[in-house]
Amino acid sequence: MNKYENDLTHIRQMMERSSTFISLSGLSGVGAGLVALAGCALTFYILAQYQIDYFDGKPNYYSYEVLIQLAIVAISTLVLALASGVYFTVKKSKKLGHPLWSTATKNTIKSAAIPLVTGGLFCIIVTWHHLFYLVAPSMLIFYGLALVSASKYTQSDIFWLGLCELTLGLLAAVSVGYGLVFWGIGFGILHIVYGIWMYQKYK
Amino acid sequence: MKDIDISNINKDFESRVRLGIMSILMVNEWVNFNDMKQMLELSDGNLASHTIALEGKNYIEVRKAFVGRKPETSYRATVAGKLSFQKHIEALAALIGKG
Repeated sequence: MNKYENDLTHIRQMMERSSTFISLSGLSGVGAGLVALAGCALTFYILAQYQIDYFDGKPNYYSYEVLIQLAIVAISTLVLALASGVYFTVKKSKKLGHPLWSTATKNTIKSAAIPLVTGGLFCIIVTWHHLFYLVAPSMLIFYGLALVSASKYTQSDIFWLGLCELTLGLLAAVSVGYGLVFWGIGFGILHIVYGIWMYQKYK
Repeated sequence: MKDIDISNINKDFESRVRLGIMSILMVNEWVNFNDMKQMLELSDGNLASHTIALEGKNYIEVRKAFVGRKPETSYRATVAGKLSFQKHIEALAALIGKG
């Protein structure tokens, strides 16, 4: 009887291991969240330097100079957040002794990439139309969709994080003018909370 | 009942390696040779001999394609293979339920 039981356990393990990208580390979330908060703070700092009151409710017409600086902050935030995500995940996968570049990893990336790239391009288009107030909501919504779609191939908890980001995005779209605040909550605080929670859960 | 359960235990899936290959192919579409090797922690020869056996029984199909200049072999479970393996899993579960 024991052999049959072992066989079944083995089957379950192989199915799980081959279809789920389990090396995703909670610390990746914490790292990305901290970077996002730093990016937010820096954005407020730049706006303050040019004496722009983000919350005055008036439509913002930023000068070219400000836009360039904000774009640099945005791109650095993205790169640093991704780097911290990859760093902690590679570390965890080495610790667990799992191959990093597996079918499951590829599937996770593939299913997240479609909403993400679409969202990225959409944000560029929105910026091009000078509809800056829609950038933060769009980022949150498309990011939420990406997480929901990737949750099939990785920790299923990501699904709930995705729903939270989506909801925040929609709220941000309603409360025009508070985009950056919602952005900070979604990409900063939610990531940190989720990361700590996952770290505890899968330690 | 008991006879039926035991007859569903498929000798073709008795080895660990074949269980592993079939399990992976139950939940993934095409899986290439290297990914399979890594996941099962096998040598080239070992994996090849088992996939050839499973292919011979028509449980899996093989696709050879070129990725750049490198040939790449991928595997996918056939419908018959998935059905047989499903039966095998059910038989195992039934036997444990009785033990």
